[in-house]
Amino acid sequence: MSLNLDFSFLTSEVIKANIVAGFEYSLQLTLVAMVGGIFIGTLVALMRLSSKPWLQRIAQVYVDTLRSIPLLMVILWFYLLIPSAFYAAIAGEYGLNHRPEFSAVITFTIFEAAYYSEIMRAGIQSVPRGQVHAGYAVGMTYAQCMKLVVLPQAFRNMLPVLLTQTIVLFQDTSLVYAIGAYDWLKGFQTVGQIYNRPNEILLVAGLCYFVVSFSLSMLVRRLQNRIQIIR
Amino acid sequence: MTDWITRSAEVMCKSTADDTIYKTCLAGHGDTTYLQWLFSAWGWTLLVALIGLVIALIFGVVIGVMRTLPSKPAAVFGEAWTEFFRNIPLLVQLLIWYHVIPEIFPSLKAIPEVVLACLGLGFFTSARIAQQVKAGINTIPKGQRHAGLATGMTLTQTYRYVLLPVALRIVLPTLTSESMNIIKNSSVAYAIGVTELVYFSTQAGEETSMHGTMYLAATILYFISALAINRAAAFVENRTRLPGAIGGAK
Repeated sequence: MSLNLDFSFLTSEVIKANIVAGFEYSLQLTLVAMVGGIFIGTLVALMRLSSKPWLQRIAQVYVDTLRSIPLLMVILWFYLLIPSAFYAAIAGEYGLNHRPEFSAVITFTIFEAAYYSEIMRAGIQSVPRGQVHAGYAVGMTYAQCMKLVVLPQAFRNMLPVLLTQTIVLFQDTSLVYAIGAYDWLKGFQTVGQIYNRPNEILLVAGLCYFVVSFSLSMLVRRLQNRIQIIR
Repeated sequence: MTDWITRSAEVMCKSTADDTIYKTCLAGHGDTTYLQWLFSAWGWTLLVALIGLVIALIFGVVIGVMRTLPSKPAAVFGEAWTEFFRNIPLLVQLLIWYHVIPEIFPSLKAIPEVVLACLGLGFFTSARIAQQVKAGINTIPKGQRHAGLATGMTLTQTYRYVLLPVALRIVLPTLTSESMNIIKNSSVAYAIGVTELVYFSTQAGEETSMHGTMYLAATILYFISALAINRAAAFVENRTRLPGAIGGAK
């Protein structure tokens, strides 16, 4: 054992200047990808369960393709393929200067949609068929039946699973490392470089990620218990 | 498009050292083509994933069993292990294995990064497997454990002959998806310099300015790997089906 750990460089100014900025981005990335991913994922799940074979096929190819490729590879692909004109169009000069950050948001939304769609599919399938029949029987259209009867129940049944997937997503945001986006991990590493304390900062980073993920998973567990009692 | 295909094929047969283009796409005498590099990278991906999976299975089953033992310290240790490895991103774990662990134990400095990648990936995955093994053991009715102990078996014998043969078969399908995950997760090892597929695709893309070609090559090999694991797992599942269970053998 020969490790001299020195954490004195971690002052509140340092944390504010570098680490908080990175955390904010990681959080934004997680939230946007969660909301967008669940929205697209639900649409894909509905396509997968539709009666039209061509819609099923498209949804299946979408999900299977993204689920067979490592997220890192997908991040690299999107970064390569999205043209600069796109960044300029959505955020002008700012977009062009923050290409990795914007690219990651698009990537994670589309990538996570594949995973969320499988969860939503299971959720929709867990709703008893009688509910759909009842909806049609009172004169609802397909869209009304889905929106008012099936999806709210599916969403509620699957809420713990959707949130658990979101915790995984939060941890996976660290992979934007590959394209150099300024996320939480990058924030830590920047500080580590400035003060030449790469080992200490990695331990701190591990601890911080642990605290956030662990607290969130505890919350999800409590939520799960509450939902179980109500049902 | 045809132009891109021709250039892609050409660059794959090009030497990684100079501009020589080999007709057979295979260089000898200490030289390699990008195609050969691609396949060696694929080998590293599979190797890291495979060794990682073995480590994950061993630790995952042991920790999963510990979490179901009557002994409180064992259960707490198992719980702590799972939460620890599950709640830190794999990338951060690998960076710690690579940078921090050898600082603490200087004797580990000589160990190549591949070994550290296997350990990191294995421990990370072991937490997820432990979770499933625990769930598998808990789905077995309590009466079976009691019956085993009541017939005079020791706790070890009860696990060995009564609980584990059933529990491990119950969790096998989830282990299939875990083995597919470990192939995908092995890509993170690129961050500590293991020359696997993602490392190849970024590095070769940089050298040749043909990023698309290299990414595509790596992606196709990931597809093939996932498909192969899927088939292999289906075979194993078929051979170990539990007689009498839903979807089990007759």
